[in-house]
This record gives sequence, structure tokens and C-alpha cells, in this order.
Amino acid sequence: MTAEPLLSVRDLRVEFSTAAGVVTAVDGASFDVRRGETVALLGESGSGKSVTAQAVLGIVPKPAGRVTGGSIHYDGRDLLTLPAPAKRELRGREIAMVFQDPLSSLNPVFRVGAQIGEMFRRHRGASRKEARAQALELMRRVGIPAAEKRLDDYPHQFSGGMRQRVMIAMALALSPRLLIADEPTTALDVTVQAQIMDLLARLQDEEGMSLVLITHDLGVVADVADRVVLMYAGRVVEAGPIREVYEHSAHPYTTGLMGSLPAIDGPRERLTPIQGGPPDLLDLPSGCSFRPRCNFADQLCADEEPALLDAPGRPLPHSSACHHSGKVLSDAF
Amino acid sequence: MTDVTSTDLDVALVATPAKARARGRAGSARIRFGLTVIILYAVAAAIGPWIVRFDPVATRTQDRLKPPFSRLSDGSLAIFGTDQVGQDLLAQMLQGARISIAVGLATLLLAGTIGVTVGLAAGYFGGWLDSVLMRLADIQLAFPSILLAIFIAALLGPSVVNVVIVLAVSNWVTFARVTRGQALATRRREFVDASRTLGAGTWRLIRRCVLPACIAPVLVVATVEIGHVILAEASLSFLGLGTPASTPSWGVTIANGRNYLADAWWISTVPGIALAFLVVSLGVLGDALRDRYDPRLRSL
Amino acid sequence: MPFDTPLLQVRDLHTTFPLRSALLRRTVGHVQAVAGVSFEIPAGGTLGLVGESGSGKSTVARTIIGLEKSQSGSILFEGEELTSLPPARMRQVRRHLQMIFQDPYASLNPRATVEQIITEAWEIHPDVVPRDRFKPEVRELLERVGLNPDHAARYPHQFSGGQRQRIGIARALALRPKLVICDEAVSALDVSVQAQVLNLLADLRSELGLAYLFIAHDLSVVRHISDQVAVMYLGRIVETASQQELFAEPIHPYSQALLSAVPDPLPWARPPRTPILIGGDVPSPADPPSGCRFRTRCWKAQDVCAAEDPALELRLGLHPAACHFAERRTDLVAR
Repeated sequence: MTAEPLLSVRDLRVEFSTAAGVVTAVDGASFDVRRGETVALLGESGSGKSVTAQAVLGIVPKPAGRVTGGSIHYDGRDLLTLPAPAKRELRGREIAMVFQDPLSSLNPVFRVGAQIGEMFRRHRGASRKEARAQALELMRRVGIPAAEKRLDDYPHQFSGGMRQRVMIAMALALSPRLLIADEPTTALDVTVQAQIMDLLARLQDEEGMSLVLITHDLGVVADVADRVVLMYAGRVVEAGPIREVYEHSAHPYTTGLMGSLPAIDGPRERLTPIQGGPPDLLDLPSGCSFRPRCNFADQLCADEEPALLDAPGRPLPHSSACHHSGKVLSDAF
Repeated sequence: MTDVTSTDLDVALVATPAKARARGRAGSARIRFGLTVIILYAVAAAIGPWIVRFDPVATRTQDRLKPPFSRLSDGSLAIFGTDQVGQDLLAQMLQGARISIAVGLATLLLAGTIGVTVGLAAGYFGGWLDSVLMRLADIQLAFPSILLAIFIAALLGPSVVNVVIVLAVSNWVTFARVTRGQALATRRREFVDASRTLGAGTWRLIRRCVLPACIAPVLVVATVEIGHVILAEASLSFLGLGTPASTPSWGVTIANGRNYLADAWWISTVPGIALAFLVVSLGVLGDALRDRYDPRLRSL
Repeated sequence: MPFDTPLLQVRDLHTTFPLRSALLRRTVGHVQAVAGVSFEIPAGGTLGLVGESGSGKSTVARTIIGLEKSQSGSILFEGEELTSLPPARMRQVRRHLQMIFQDPYASLNPRATVEQIITEAWEIHPDVVPRDRFKPEVRELLERVGLNPDHAARYPHQFSGGQRQRIGIARALALRPKLVICDEAVSALDVSVQAQVLNLLADLRSELGLAYLFIAHDLSVVRHISDQVAVMYLGRIVETASQQELFAEPIHPYSQALLSAVPDPLPWARPPRTPILIGGDVPSPADPPSGCRFRTRCWKAQDVCAAEDPALELRLGLHPAACHFAERRTDLVAR
């Protein structure tokens, strides 16, 4: 892995105009993705994780949504200032995305083979025959059984897990360097989820591409991700290598999330959930947005929004946006 | 997985806040406009005839065909002129307003009751009942209402009650369709199952769960339909199939002025304008209500 | 009812849905959503019913509560047969058998206030709470589920998802039931809110002596709240055991695959698990495989599996499982 990150997001700000006012969906988010690494972008509702991915791909719903600040550098170029044709070039060729619900992202009236093949016809000028051969190869690679027969099937003829594989095949077609997967397994059964995560990990290894996994499920990414970036109310609250962050959380939200998970083994203890409910983006508290749900909150938290700083006493890189991260760390022991 | 998989925002997105406010203002402006006009007409219809007396059988030949703003033989001012038998046109129109609006409301009530009942039965119970009732609706739509009006008028003679019946029979289908759609959509929803689990019987389920969901769309449809109904009544009366000639609904008045268009244009024109204005205002109000509360009804 | 009779007994339940061709409304086949399910729940006990899509677990819930009609089998609640009850008697039984639904956004009447949603129960069953006690009882119920009693006059859309689910719980408790079916009651909630509701359900169980039939697809959640667990696949129960035994030593291949697929947030903290990845898709419930329904995806499948449907019976001296080749494995969840 070279030192220069493949994707570098700095102080990203995305706003949405709604009937009830302006909502800041992403409020100063910064993180990196290096070549060949897998980063998990973790958060619940209102965290801004999906909107961040949309901003990277330039598909924030317009005109209601606007990127109002920050920069997104891909391979040295700022995506936000890139002219539209150059952005379209990047999309699909270098940066690809897999969405949560393949049924709504695949065109229902076109055969699956044609949809995958289209990537080759449009971007590589391949003939119909070549495109079809490539599509077949891809479908085999993503593990679709009897691929020759299934090339001519329509999306609704596939099960949820198979459709997701088709989406992954389309995303992989042009060997992108960065693949963003937005909740790729949320709608799938747990056995299928395991298959898809295994597939993504294997493909990432084979292609040497960077993978950004957007999810709300801490467990799903534990095996696959190198680093994790946790978001809450549009801001990054903690980031670092996944094992470090999970075992030595330096932010009360992270410890709260870990405490909310029922264990699959070990003694059955009463869960220690985070009090309160998800943030109302139209009415965020002053200072730290997590304050109303935090046991460590004090006047400082109300006055000053905590910056994303190195976690005290922990090996770098591990950052946390909390005035009391030291206490959070020591509390765990 | 509703909480987690929404795109982080489930509020209504609009282009800019300024546009949202502007759209909101335009919408409520339409509603205010429509309501104002209708209230004016309703008040005029309610108390007008008390203020400006109208006697259907009086004829004052010395005052016939006087233009608007002329003074009559008894010293009063005829603001809209007089008709061919010397009747003050304003007095006639106020009486006519009362009749038109009353017929409109009565028709809507009757059509609405029939339509909502049929729609609920078809939508909630489904099966063969649904098929039968919807075929009935299709037949009704295919049948020309003019023919029905002629038939009823020929059989029973023109009267206000008959007009209401004819118009109600011709117009219940829209109500039925809208109600059926809502009933179909609502009966599957989880909260209906929840009430059923508590032990609610069919009648309670319809009354507490399905019917409230139907009220908003039905009201929107009603506002849109009342304009059509008033116009339809005027048309029938114009053709002599509606209210009897002695009851001065606007259609009758317009019909009476047909032969005098060259000399005394005001007899047909003034009620015509009043009618058009009311129907358009009702339409504007109906559209605005529909846009605000249920844009999916646009196709109606 | 004698002292040791279980609160709920389900025996060989079958629920089938007809498949109609869209054009002519002819019945072209049947979906065997529930194909012979049996289990028991004692008073105050909790049975977790776990399975993936197509397993039929929700249909089991809906059949027991009376929202779907079973074709055969029996459901005994407090010793009384529910499948042949006249509607008037069923309404009375409903007092003691209630349900919490999955979708907090769809399971509350959007045009009713919270108070009306709860008092509806008492209007249908006037003998539970007299009218003059409606308001104070509503307040008490709201407090009990962790909501502000002053919000009784609000509408559902004014609450968050987790709060709406609490309203649903309050409604289910209004009639003082003995058994509550939780049909994926926490599946649609954020993780942090899910934990709150799970704690609430556990607290209510010990306060009120409730029995639960807890239906979910998330194994960790099921393990947390259940005493007994039954694993369903394609309309049948394939394994049933106490919570400890099932998670420590599952013996049916499907349970083993399911367990190995559960994501572990701290995989490095334990000895590595053996991943079991079963391929293929769930077969269509309208056309299930002959013999053992799991055989098309099972790595142990042999001829006998296609010929003979394994019965759900005690195997290996441990607990009931429906597999000809049941085998213990302890490497799936590190301890």
C-alpha cells in the first residue's frame, strides 16, 4: 500500500432542503481510504453514511441536495470540481457502487446478461458477442450457478442473493479501483449474507481494489474490514483499525453500540443500550450532537463541538471526537 | 428495516426552501380564493332571496327586457336588468343560486353515500362482490346520462327531486372507485390486523380503520365533483329535463334568454358568467385540496 | 386446566396458501407455508422461533392468533382447541393471547391517537377496564412501557420508530394477556433502540409473568430472550432445544450453518470458527424437495435423504432434530 490514499474526504458538508428547513446530512466528515484496503463506514439512521457515498459518486439527489463544502480527492483529483464528463468517466470505470436493493437498481425490463454486457459496450466499445462472453465470465466469477442459462433471465427471476451477485458483477465489470457497497447485505438472509460477504472479500483480494462497506451492522464487517469509520448525525465520531476501535472504543457511542449487541455466546447479561433515540437532524443540540444520550456529557460538551483528535494513550491511527475519550477508554477496564 | 435503511432522511424534499414556501403559499392562496368565492355564493344563496324577493308568477310587462342598471316602474334598481316577463334578473339569480347549490349538495350527498357504500363493500370484501359491483359501475359509466335524464323526465316529469336522483345515479361511480381503492390499500395494512387481533369485528374494522382513511380522498373528489354536478344540472335544466320551468335554476334562466341573445343578452350571459365562475372556483379549490392532501388522485 | 398443561400446544399444524394464476384466478398450486409444526410453551416460558425467509415462522404466528386459517392440525390454548372455535368465543380467548407486530410504521392506525389505539382494546372487551378508568389506565400503561403519559393525545407520526413499537407493546398488554407473540418485534429497529426494547420485553415478562412466542431471524436476539429455541426451514421445525444446548451443540446441518453465519463483532477475541457456507437458494415453498427439505443445500445429503423425510425426534440423546445424519459440532461458536 502506497502512502498516498486513493480516496481522501476532507470536511465534507452536504445539505438538503426540505419542507421543514435545511438539513445538514453530512457535517464536516473526513476520512481516507488507501489502496487495497477495506474501510467500513458504520452508522445508524441519520448518520449520513449513505449520503457521503452518494457525494463521492456525485449522485446526491438534486436539486434538493447540495454539497456545500469540503473536498473529495480521488487519486489526487478533486471530484467536486471535476467537470461532468470526467466524472461520468470515473463512475463505473474507476469507482463503482453496489446498492442495498438490487431489485430497484437493476432494470427490470432488460435481461441480466445485457445489463452487465452494457458496461463493456459503453466503456470499452466491445461488440455484442464480446460483451456477452465477458458478462458470462463475470457471472461465473461471482458464483452464479448455471451462468450460461441465466444470462438471458430477467432480474425478477433471481433470488435476493443472486441479484446481489449480479449487481456485484456489474460493478466489477471494468475492474474498478474503488468499490462502494451501500448496505449490500441488509435485505438478505443471514446465510446468504455470509456468502455475499465472503464473495466481496475474495474479489477484493483478487482485484486488489479498495472497498468501502457502508452498514449499520458492526458484526458483518468485523471479519472483512481493515479500518472502521463511525458516523453519528453527519459527523465522524471515531475512526481507526477495526480491532482497535472495537476493543478499545474511545467514544461513548461506540461503547454504547457494542453494549447493545446481544451475545451469541457467553453468559446472557442484561443489555446496556444507549438511552434516547436517533438524532433529529432538524433539531440538533449545541456542541456535541451525541450529548443528550451520553453519560459523560457536561457543560464543555454543550459549549464546544469536539474535534476529531487522536485517542489518548492509544496506538495511532485511532481518532475520536469526544472531550472525554480518556474517561471512555478507562471506563471500559 | 425501516429505521435503518431510509436514506437517512424521510422528510419531503423540495428544490429549495424558498420554492417550498412559494408552493405552499400558492396552494393556500388557491384554497383561500376558492373558499372565499364559495362562501360568497353560499351566503348569497342563503340570505339573498330574503333580501331581494322573487315571485315566480309575477309578470310586469312594462319592465320587460330592461338592460342592467335601469330603473324599474316601481322605482327599484335592476342591477342585472330584467327578463322577458319583467322579472328582476338579480332576484332570479339569487333564487337560482339557492337551487343550484342545493341540488349540487343533495346530489353529492346521495351519490357520495351510494358510492362510498359500494366502494367499501367492493374493496373490503373483495371476491365476487367486488366483481359484481365493479361491473355495475362500468355499466353505469358506459350508459349515457343524458339518456337517463330524458327517460326519467319523460316518465316522472321534471322536478328538483328527479334531477337529484338522475345526477346521483350518474355520478356515484367516482366515489365508489376512490373508496374502493382506499379500502383495498387499507385492509391489508398491519394496523388492521392489529385491531383484528384485539378482537375487533368486521363492522368495527370498517368504521375505525378503513373509513377514516377514505374520508380525505372522498372529500377531495366531492369538491372536484360538485362543480361538474352544478354544471350538469344547469345543462339538464337548459334542455328542459331538469328543474321545471317555473323554478328559476340558472339553467332555466339561461334557456329562457336563448331567444333574446341579440336584444337582451344579459338574460343568458349574466347567469352564465356566474355559473362559470362558481364552477371554476370549485375546480380550483378541489385541485388545491387534492394537491395538498393526496396528489395521487391527479388522474381524476 | 390441570396444573402441568402447557399454556400453548401446537400439534402438526398445516397452513397452505393457494397460488392463483393472475389472469384467470384459477388455483395453479399450493404454497405449504407451514407443513407440520408442533411445539409447546409453558406458562411464563419463552420459545424462540428462528428461521430465514420462506421458513413459515410468521405464518405460524398469524395462524395461532387467527389471522390465517390452518388446514389441519390443532392449536390448544389453555387446553381449548382454537381451530374450531366459534368467533364469539375466539374473541374472548383473544384477551389472553396477543401479538406485537413488526413494522412500527404500519402497525398503528395513523388516524387514531395513542389513547384511542389502546382504549380500542377495552371498547371491544368492556369487562376488562370500566370506561371511567380509561384515562388513568392508559397513563399507567404508557409509563410501564417507558413513554411519557402526557403524550397520550398524540398521533403515531409524532413518535420515533422505537417509541411506536412501545405503543404497540402497550396495546398488546392492554388486555392483560398470558401469552404474547412477538412477530419480528425488534427487527425493524436501529441496534441501540432494539436493545432498549429487548430489555423492556424482558422486564415486562418478569413483572407480569408473560409467556412469549418470539419470532425472529436474528439468532443473537433469539438467544438473548428465549428459554427454548426451535429452528424452522421451509415450513418445518428442523431442530428444537433449550437455548443453551442449541447454541452450544446444534446437531442439524441447517442450524449449524445458521449459527456459523451469525456475524461476530469480535472474531479475533475467540478461536476461529469454521465457516459453513451453504450454497444455492431456498427452494420454492410451492414445490419443496421430496424427503428432507434441506437436502438440496446440505453437504451431507445422500439417497436416503431424498427417499425418507426425517422425523423430528430425539437424536444422539440430546434433543429433537430432523436429520438422518445429525452430528455434534462445537467449533461453530467459540466459547
